[in-house]
Amino acid sequence: MSPSRKLRVATVSLAGCFGCHMSLLDIDEHVFALLDKVELDRSPLTDLKTCGPCDIGLVEGGVCNSENVHVLREFRAQCKTLVAMGACAINGGLPAQRNHLDVGQCLSAVFQSRPGMDTAEVPDDPELPLPLDKVHPIHEVVRVDYFLPGCPPSGEAIWQFISDLLAGRTPRVSYPLLHFD
Amino acid sequence: MSRSTFLLDGQSVPFDDGQMILEAARAAGRYIPHLCWHPDFPPHGSCKLCVVKVAGRHVSACATPARAGAEVESDTPEINTERRTLLQMLFVEGNHFCPACEKSGDCQLQAMAYDLEMTTPRFRHFFPDRPVDASHPEVLLDFNRCIYCELCVRASREQDGKAVFALTGRGINKKLAVNAESGRLADTDFAADDKAARICPVGVILKKRVGFAVPIGERTYDRAPLHEVALPKPEGDT
Ligand code: SF4
Ligand code: SF4
Ligand code: FES
Repeated sequence: MSPSRKLRVATVSLAGCFGCHMSLLDIDEHVFALLDKVELDRSPLTDLKTCGPCDIGLVEGGVCNSENVHVLREFRAQCKTLVAMGACAINGGLPAQRNHLDVGQCLSAVFQSRPGMDTAEVPDDPELPLPLDKVHPIHEVVRVDYFLPGCPPSGEAIWQFISDLLAGRTPRVSYPLLHFD
Repeated sequence: MSRSTFLLDGQSVPFDDGQMILEAARAAGRYIPHLCWHPDFPPHGSCKLCVVKVAGRHVSACATPARAGAEVESDTPEINTERRTLLQMLFVEGNHFCPACEKSGDCQLQAMAYDLEMTTPRFRHFFPDRPVDASHPEVLLDFNRCIYCELCVRASREQDGKAVFALTGRGINKKLAVNAESGRLADTDFAADDKAARICPVGVILKKRVGFAVPIGERTYDRAPLHEVALPKPEGDT
């Protein structure tokens, strides 16, 4: 690798709330240092819809539907280093709180029996990805290289983690930056 | 008279006859991780987080008497990896959604995961179905987070003289039960100032209406790591 080549980074939010991406923007002026060293591939920040070969993939959110599975597999195939960023990617997080409920009952409760909803049916447009019966942490679907906990991880934790990765060190988030909440 | 000593990670620790490795280490200001052990109760030996290596064998430091001249390994990559694996199993066995847990920041399980740098639960989650019991006017039971340390069972039986809690079932079917015909906490003589109401190391037994009185970020283990907080305060300190 030539010393001047920028690292390619892709990011995605699967079953997440974009909080981790907001936290990524919370690295404040470090964003300049970051953009000196990386260029973005597929990401909500570029709006590219497919992922090319990348050095690092940051995945926010767990896997709750068929589209999440495809995107996650694409990331794993294209990214040399794949990172589970935030609680939902690591353990399913908030979306996984539906895991002890029946997904069919959830859908009918929302679309068929809630007062004021004017659809009598659960939407079934072929464009809509099918929900999975359970929400899964991403390591249950693909191999994951590193995990960055937090809901969301703080900007500071993200910056330390990414700095380690960019410098070729094993990333390490320890006390007091390591948080599950 | 000089006391006998053993070596903990190469450093000498004095002990009294009959004292367990964990207790002697603690008295000497040395931390060995523990979840089911509590200074007010005899050792329970269930969580195994206190695992140490003595003469090639892995033993529970809370329930193994110290022996003169023994070489005890505790803070080593091998033993800490084993502890991390135990923690990971505890996390996937229950439902630990820390961001919504009132105990977050005050929880020993979580704080130990921080100490041991557990960044992933690694295993497949069980996502068990464990309904909460909100029947009691002052205390909520969220069974999703129980690690079956039996501290509440022991405290209620031995200190409160009530026997409000019991463990039933075995292995993965183990459950924390409430001793009432209805199974509900409201139908027992449990009170919010019982010892059992304050002893849970995780977020199962929670006092109502004070959950977020101390904000996240300013709680016990936000301020200092478990391996410091868990040691007895030196004499004269408050
Ligand atoms: S009991 Fe502890 S580990 Fe479990 S959810 Fe609550 S804070 Fe997290
Ligand atoms: S409720 Fe708390 S104290 Fe009781 S067994 Fe479960 S984890 Fe231990
Ligand atoms: S502290 Fe020794 S087994 Fe739990």
